[in-house]
Amino acid sequence: MSTLPNEREEYLKKKKKEKRIVIFFQILILVCCLLLWEIAAQFDWINTFLSSSPSLVFKTFLSLFEQNDLLSHIGITTYETFLSFAIASLIGLSVSTLLWWFPRLAKILDPYLTILNSLPKVALGPLIIIWVGASMNSIIFMALLICIFLSIINIYHDFLNTDSSYITLLKSLGANKKDIFLKVVLPANLSNIINNLKINVSMAFIGVIMGELLVSKKGLGYLIMYGTQVFNINLVITSVFLLGILSFLFYYLICFLEKMIQKKTAN
Amino acid sequence: MKNILTISHLKKNYQDDSGEIEAIWDVDLEVPEGKFISIVGPSGCGKSTLLSILAGLEKKSGGTIQFHKDDIKLGYMLQKDSLFPWRTILDNCLLGLELKKMLTEENIHYVHHLLDTYGLHDFKNKYPSSLSGGMRQRVALIRTLAIQPDILLLDEPFSALDAMTRVALSDDVYHMIKKEGKTVLMVTHDIAEAVSLSDIVVVLTKRPARIKKMYEIQLTGRSTPIENRKCKEFSMYYDQIWRDLDVHLTE
Repeated sequence: MSTLPNEREEYLKKKKKEKRIVIFFQILILVCCLLLWEIAAQFDWINTFLSSSPSLVFKTFLSLFEQNDLLSHIGITTYETFLSFAIASLIGLSVSTLLWWFPRLAKILDPYLTILNSLPKVALGPLIIIWVGASMNSIIFMALLICIFLSIINIYHDFLNTDSSYITLLKSLGANKKDIFLKVVLPANLSNIINNLKINVSMAFIGVIMGELLVSKKGLGYLIMYGTQVFNINLVITSVFLLGILSFLFYYLICFLEKMIQKKTAN
Repeated sequence: MKNILTISHLKKNYQDDSGEIEAIWDVDLEVPEGKFISIVGPSGCGKSTLLSILAGLEKKSGGTIQFHKDDIKLGYMLQKDSLFPWRTILDNCLLGLELKKMLTEENIHYVHHLLDTYGLHDFKNKYPSSLSGGMRQRVALIRTLAIQPDILLLDEPFSALDAMTRVALSDDVYHMIKKEGKTVLMVTHDIAEAVSLSDIVVVLTKRPARIKKMYEIQLTGRSTPIENRKCKEFSMYYDQIWRDLDVHLTE
């Protein structure tokens, strides 16, 4: 018995150590890359006009921040992403519910959904600008196009793959379609739906940036486009860095949401 | 003995692109109230189809099914327990009442009573993942009994369990069912299970299923299913049914 606590302690220690090693190397990689980049820039191994440098990126970041419009650029991109994410998830869930409810409708729409899903949506960019106008609406429309079809197809297939024995059981208890949907299909697919939300956030973000590159007056995509046009590589790279950080934050926000829901529903 | 169910000239065909498959051909069966009836037959002969037609999950192609009671309630239990992992044991058991809008205080009390009586008191608020296979199947039976069905339809209820749990649980289930005074129609491919549990064993032919023979099981010193296996007539029935089933592995 007396050896047991030690074993436990050792196990916990080992786990902690492993975690520390992983984090150490994660930071090491980042620091090394930035350092190498900075050194290369300082010693003129690379042309900072074309490839910038960490210190220049940092300076650009500070000046953007001081000019006080950086936050509004980030804010507008975030707002657009969340708006398209929310609309796309809502439409995705409702349409896949409809398809599950009416199998004939699903059969009829199948080829159209497949075509729309595999169509490269960027190709529609110019058309969207003409139809919807050179405004934020175009950006959100673009993001929606990119999210929705994938979302519909994924959730619908998850719904179809619900364990059929659950459905047989409900039918034997006299359940109607509404009961089957609310009591089995929806709860059984909760984790699938959350996974779909994760994908939707990334896709909405991609769509928004794509839209901003095509048409915008504000946002991180606009900064990248503007930076390219005036050949300010510092600005472009700073914006790309900010995009990376932002997408990381979005993803963890959904993961946090997932944990909250799991805590509420599972044992 | 009063009959609760009469099946006459029941037929079932399955249609698909390659043609028509006859699953059940002209089955006649009288089911006396309060009896335990087992249906055995070669695998894939349509025994499960018979139950799912009775449960109203599939349409029959011909014949009549007549229940001699108004508002008859059927309980259907499958090989897979199908307990919902996102519901507690209690909520799983209340599922049928919920769907039939019968969540009265009296009925909920009955479910509590069943859970308490059959050793699941401490698990009411746990989730199915914390139960063993035998316990899960017991929960599935309580879920079926919760709506107080007049007839229980059991479709190979023990097949997914290991051999030991299977014998022990069939003993348990037998007691539960007898105590609640239910009529039972059970499909099984286990001859020993059929003989030890049942009052009547119905043997079906290969597909299309027809009734080949019926046995009224009479055992001297009949008691619990486990004890019944020791009765002197047990092996006689076993041999006879085995011969009726005419099992050939190479066909």
